[in-house]
Amino acid sequence: MSRIEVRKTYKLFIGGAFPRSESGRSYEVVDKEGNFIANPAMASRKDARDAVVAARSAYVGWSGATAYNRGQVLYRVAELMEARRDEFIDEVSLSEGIGKGKAGKIVDAAIDRWVWYAGWSDKLGSILGATNPVAGPYYNFSIPEPVGVVALIAPQDSSLLGLIDLLGAALTTGNTVVALASEASPLPAITLSEVLATSDVPGGVVNILTGRTKEVAPWLASHMDVDAINLAGVAAEDVRNLAGEATDNLKRVIAPKSRDWLKTPTLEAMTSLLEVKTVWHPVGI
Amino acid sequence: MSAPLANAALLDGTDHRALHRFLLALPAVDQVGAEGRAAMLATRSIKTSSKVYAIDTAISMIDLTTLEGADTPGKVRALCAKAVRPDPTDPTAPSVAAVCVYNDLVGIAREHLDSIGGKQIHVAAVTTAFPSGRASIAVKLQDTRDAINTGASEIDMVIDRGAFLAGDYGKIFDEIAAIKEACDSGEKRAHLKVILETGELVTYDNVRRASWLAMLAGADFIKTSTGKISPAATPPVVLVMLEAVRDFYAKTGTRIGVKAAGGIRSTKDAIKQLVLVNETAGEEWLNPTLFRIGASALLNDLLLQRQKLSSGHYSGPNYVTLD
Amino acid sequence: MSLFKYAAAPESRAIVNIASSYGLFIDGEFVDGTGTAFKTINPATEEVLSEIAEGSALDVDRAVKAARRAYSKVWSKMPAAERGKYLYRIARIMQERAREFAVLETLNNGKPIRESRDVDVPLAAAHFFYHAGWADKLEHAGVGSAPKPHGVVGQIIPWNFPLLMLSWKVAPALATGNTVVLKPAETTPLTALLFADVCRQAGLPAGVVNIVTGAGATGAALVSHPDVNKIAFTGSTKVGKAIAREIVGTEKSVTLELGGKGANIVFDDAPMDETIEGIVNGIFFNQGHVCCAGSRLLIQENVQDEVLDRLRKRMAQLRVGDPMDKNTDVGAINSAAQLGRITELSNTGDSEGAERWSAPCDLPAKGFWYAPTIFTGVTQAHRIAREEIFGPVLSVLTFRTPAEAIEKANNTPYGLSAGIWTDKGSRILWTAARLRAGVVWANTFNRFDPTSPFGGYKESGWGREGGRHGLAAYLKQGEQA
Repeated sequence: MSRIEVRKTYKLFIGGAFPRSESGRSYEVVDKEGNFIANPAMASRKDARDAVVAARSAYVGWSGATAYNRGQVLYRVAELMEARRDEFIDEVSLSEGIGKGKAGKIVDAAIDRWVWYAGWSDKLGSILGATNPVAGPYYNFSIPEPVGVVALIAPQDSSLLGLIDLLGAALTTGNTVVALASEASPLPAITLSEVLATSDVPGGVVNILTGRTKEVAPWLASHMDVDAINLAGVAAEDVRNLAGEATDNLKRVIAPKSRDWLKTPTLEAMTSLLEVKTVWHPVGI
Repeated sequence: MSAPLANAALLDGTDHRALHRFLLALPAVDQVGAEGRAAMLATRSIKTSSKVYAIDTAISMIDLTTLEGADTPGKVRALCAKAVRPDPTDPTAPSVAAVCVYNDLVGIAREHLDSIGGKQIHVAAVTTAFPSGRASIAVKLQDTRDAINTGASEIDMVIDRGAFLAGDYGKIFDEIAAIKEACDSGEKRAHLKVILETGELVTYDNVRRASWLAMLAGADFIKTSTGKISPAATPPVVLVMLEAVRDFYAKTGTRIGVKAAGGIRSTKDAIKQLVLVNETAGEEWLNPTLFRIGASALLNDLLLQRQKLSSGHYSGPNYVTLD
Repeated sequence: MSLFKYAAAPESRAIVNIASSYGLFIDGEFVDGTGTAFKTINPATEEVLSEIAEGSALDVDRAVKAARRAYSKVWSKMPAAERGKYLYRIARIMQERAREFAVLETLNNGKPIRESRDVDVPLAAAHFFYHAGWADKLEHAGVGSAPKPHGVVGQIIPWNFPLLMLSWKVAPALATGNTVVLKPAETTPLTALLFADVCRQAGLPAGVVNIVTGAGATGAALVSHPDVNKIAFTGSTKVGKAIAREIVGTEKSVTLELGGKGANIVFDDAPMDETIEGIVNGIFFNQGHVCCAGSRLLIQENVQDEVLDRLRKRMAQLRVGDPMDKNTDVGAINSAAQLGRITELSNTGDSEGAERWSAPCDLPAKGFWYAPTIFTGVTQAHRIAREEIFGPVLSVLTFRTPAEAIEKANNTPYGLSAGIWTDKGSRILWTAARLRAGVVWANTFNRFDPTSPFGGYKESGWGREGGRHGLAAYLKQGEQA
């Protein structure tokens, strides 16, 4: 008889810890054939609320760290992902119902995408910043700054790479994140949480929820302490509504676009999560 | 900062506006530069014979402190016993400089110290509505006299931080001068430490100004903190205060002491403080008449390190006493 | 300091493993050189550390050929992101072997272990880390949408920051897709040779980095080699001019990072204690062997006495001695030759009528040492105000007005660095705008970062290193669409 595996329990990732949902609920995730895989936690609006609180309190430290430090921390995450490459391949393959070969390509792309983002952290200032030659005896400079707490509704059909594509953009720019994983394929997101928890990413910088998109997304979209939201994983028929809810505090809204996740993103993924601050100072003796 | 300090009005506090102008004209402290200097001094590697010297010197500079609402006579007596003989297994360990208690326990401390061979150990009392400093001058003076009358030879007063942040430097000057007078009026002159509560002053510029204000008003010691809030005696804060006493000496010929209190928990922390003293004010300050460390848990860590240096192996909590 | 005189706190040498001799690192392995081997020493003790191969013109040719092969067959074909990952590996390995590098750098260069450990090595690793991230982002560097590398670059580095200068050269060259032949300075080859081992551990393809040790002749052979597309040189202005003469008008690109005589300007409202630290740091950090040293102190005349008084007191606290002692502030002069130059030029300070004051210190009997020294009463006409001493010697001048400070600061053929000390923001910006210098530090000094472009105006050189601007030297614009 072959050995019985010790199966993983899939919980939420909030504030650097792994709590179950405060609602006590979970939901069944199955593979392509309908076989049982796991019962990940089903996040409630209160979990979403707690995640936003965690992200807000982690914001000062993360955005205040040097860009070099953020780049180092993000690169370390890639190192740990690489070490767990096989595990990710298994989960992506199972979750998305694809072969190991294709899953391998996706996981490699996800790791490389993360490295790409890590390398942006200390370069954005030089590219997006400027000194502005104003017509007067003033030194005037513009610098990019993170918007704050970013909510990500991860794409439904790309269980790892799509999430990473969104997450990397938010983190390298200095934002903190509450992400809602793909509803039907959430497991790679929780394994990613384990990588985050064992790297040097401070607790609360990334928070990952699993559960029903239709239930949780509206609470993030309407949350007055969320500064930006990416609606990638929201159903087409719900986008308009959620974008509308988001306007109550004029949070920045990134509408879903169809994307080949394997392709390198444009700078817009990052610039859409950045503010620009311009400072004036007189020049004189 | 080349204006001389010969202005008598400045020194006797009658010209509050001149005082105000003087303090605001002190040179700025660059935060990044000051923190950089403190960080560089923290890399000094103090080993072997220097470490032995530093540990024993640090112990002799400790004001062993208990300042809790729950303090009892029993607690104070235990503290005094520890102050006299910090390491029961090793009589070569020096005694501390002082015990520091609330003023209603001064009598108990003094009596007990005298009865166990601790006559040379001072009793310092915190007064003037410590830690907040929010009370009338009458209350603050009475607080101080009570302490002196029951045997305190050192008074640790707090400045009115509200007055400082509101810019009323004259009020603070007058209060310090009044407390100083009370210290001078007992049978034996009590020495006065003035607590700046640097954590509430926040900027190094304020720490510099408050240091000069206290020294001009008659402080014998300037002290960083009450120990009740954080941050307290961080290295850059102590650096700025040491610079102030150094410069005050250059201007007036008088040496004022510095007491670092709050947040100094390990031997490493204490040694960093001594390096700061050594390389800022100078070796004249390397003794308990001019430098003190306000601490409680620190003493045990110093003793553990001391034991390691003499025995060659790491020690543990069972080999030092809990008061 | 007799009460609390810090006991000796030596860093252990055990971590380094110096071979008795080294060959040249060409095409991924160590090979014998065909020149005349020479010794490399520890300048603090004059102890011989190892025997180093001299790269002859033949060896240089061999290295260039290896670099060309690696470029055409491997490096130029490799996807940019993969190139970047090699650089990330190198950065990580340098961090892992940080202590080993720091000890070796101190033994071979003479600089205090505290500096190698806290400044040189971390910055060197950071340069690789930063540039690793550029490899696959070059279309955003501001050099067109499809920039191309030059091919094979020849790089010649100085002895004052051996490992750091190596990283300033090699990291951007590789990130942009070039391959490298590097010639370390004659007196400080060891950390470059250890770096070769890092390349091995990182699995860097053979020939991408080649290290050819030697002196002036080896460097000249590299500069004049017909198959080198670009030269990057850091060193003296004299040699820089010779290189420029050789290359200008040919197809080769060149960047030069040369000497300086930086003016450190102190206004009367400067934050006094931090300013004194900045003056000391500006000229005594790294024994003054710094191209961007603040070697001319310009004090506003009305605070001259106070600044000098505090400066002397502070200098008297400098700990000069064994570089391997963790408490040493000022280490050894790198070579007998350099000590001779410092001594000779400083003596003109005496003979031309300036007033010398040196920090009292006990200098060791063996090795090369110079006490930290200031000359007051210096004017622009003095040789010690015009010529780069490259040692722990500060020339002190005064000024009356901001405009006069600018005039004096700019009155030099050099233009590498300058410092401004004042509490007033608008004055910082006004002064910075008028200084003809490539790097201006305000209320700080000797700050370096991979993201921050570094380089000089006028005779201090051509081009910048670091930051987005520093990449440009290693790229050419792609074809117009």
